[in-house]
Amino acid sequence: MKTSPLAAAGLVVVRDLRLAFRKPSQLMQPLVFFLIVATLFPLSLTPEMSRLRDAAPGVLWISALLSSLLALEFLFREDAMDGTLEQFALSGQSLTWMLFAKTCTHWLFTGVPLALAAPVAAAALGVPGEAMWGVVASLALGSFALSLVGAVSAGLTLGARRGGVLLSLLTLPLAVPILIFGARATELAITGGDLAGPMYLLGAIAVLGVTLAPLAAAAAVRIGLE
Amino acid sequence: MATWTWFHRLGSPPHVYAFAERWTKWFGGFAALAMVAALYGGLVLAPADYQQKDAFRMVYIHAPSAWLSLMIYSTMAVAAAVGLIWRMKVAHAAAAACAPIGAWFTVVALATGMLWGKPMWGAYWVWDPRLTFELILLFLYLGYMGLRAGIEDQTKADKASAVLAVVGVVNVPLVKYSVEWWNSLHQTPTVMKMGKPSMDLDMLWPLLLMFVAFSLYFAAVLLTRLRAELLRRERNASWVKETVA
Repeated sequence: MKTSPLAAAGLVVVRDLRLAFRKPSQLMQPLVFFLIVATLFPLSLTPEMSRLRDAAPGVLWISALLSSLLALEFLFREDAMDGTLEQFALSGQSLTWMLFAKTCTHWLFTGVPLALAAPVAAAALGVPGEAMWGVVASLALGSFALSLVGAVSAGLTLGARRGGVLLSLLTLPLAVPILIFGARATELAITGGDLAGPMYLLGAIAVLGVTLAPLAAAAAVRIGLE
Repeated sequence: MATWTWFHRLGSPPHVYAFAERWTKWFGGFAALAMVAALYGGLVLAPADYQQKDAFRMVYIHAPSAWLSLMIYSTMAVAAAVGLIWRMKVAHAAAAACAPIGAWFTVVALATGMLWGKPMWGAYWVWDPRLTFELILLFLYLGYMGLRAGIEDQTKADKASAVLAVVGVVNVPLVKYSVEWWNSLHQTPTVMKMGKPSMDLDMLWPLLLMFVAFSLYFAAVLLTRLRAELLRRERNASWVKETVA
C-alpha cells in the first residue's frame, strides 16, 4: 500500500524534528546570532532608549532577516550532501509535499524560537511590554513567509559554488515585501496602532508562499539533483 | 501543422544563428535612425518645460531606459519559461543574453534619474518608491547573473536560473506594490511627486519614438549576444565549424 502524501510529509516532519533535537547547537546558532546582531545596534547607533525605540522595528527585522539567512544554509544542504534529498526524489512520493514539510519544520525550530526570543531583544531596545504580542506575532508570521521564500533560493543554490553568498543575493531582493510589511506591523505594535493591515498582507504573502514556493523549491531541488 | 514549423525552427541553433545574423543590421540600422530622429525631436524641436526648463530633456533617455528595464525582465522570464517548458536550448540562451542588457538599462535608468534628481529635487538619491523598486530590480538581475555564473554545468545553470526568473515574475509585482505602499505608509517629508503633466504633443512624440528606438536597439544587441551565446554553447557542433570557417 502506498503512503499518502500527507503521511509522508508527516514522517519527514518527525524525522527532521528528531534530527534537530539531536543537534541542539545547530538549533541555537541562528538564535544567538539574532540576539548578537540586535545587540550590535545599540552599540553602533546610540544607547539612548527613546532613539532606540524608534529604530527597534528595523533593528528587529534586519536581525531576523540575517539570522534566517544563516539558518537557510541548514535547510537542504546537509540532506543534499548525504543523499537524503535524492532518496526523497526517488521515493515516488510527492517531492513538493516533502519539501513543504521540511520547510515547515525548519520554521518550527528557527522562526518560532526567534519570535519567542524577540521580546528579550525588543525589551533591550526600549520596546514597552504591551507591544510584545505584536512583536512576537509579526515575527512569527514573517519568518514563516521568509522560510518559504528562502526554500526556493536554497533549492536553487544547491548546485552552485559559493552557495552562501549567492543564497543571500537571491533571497534578499525577494524578501523585500516581507521586510516592509513585517517592520510596519512591528512599528504599529510599538506605537500602539492597529497592526491588522500589515498583518493581513503578511498573511497573504505567506498563503501565496505556501501555494507556490514548495512547487518552485521542488523544481529547483530536482534540477540540483540531476 | 504549417503554423508550427516556425516554432520548431526556433529550436534549432543554426537556424536561429542565421536569422539573428540577417536581422541584426536591420534592427541596429532602424534603431540608429529612430534614435537620431528622436534626439533631434527631443533636444531641438521640443519646447523647454515651463518649470524644469531644459533639464526635463533627461526624460528622453531616462524614461525609455526604465521602461526597457522592466520589458527586458519580462522578455527574459518568458524566454526562461519557454526553455523550461519545451526544453529549448535556444530559449535559455536568449534568456541568458537578456540579463546583462536588462541590468545595464536598469543602471542607465538609475544613473540618469540621479543626475536629473540633483537639480530637480536637490539630491542625487531619495527613497522614492520608483527609485527603490528600480534598485531592487537591479539586484534581481545581479542575482540571476550570479546564479548563472555560480553553477558550472550549463544545463543546470539554465534550468535553475529559469526557475529564478519565473519566481521573480510572481515576486516583482509584489515588490513593486509593497515598495509603493511602504512610502505612502511612512509619509516621507519630501514629497516630490512628478505628477503626470499632460505632456505636450511636441514633447511626447520624441519620447515614444525614443522608446521604439531603444526597443530596436535592444533587439539588435540581444540578437548579437544570442549569436555569441550560441557559438559558445555549440562550439563542438559541426555547423559552428562551418559557419566560422
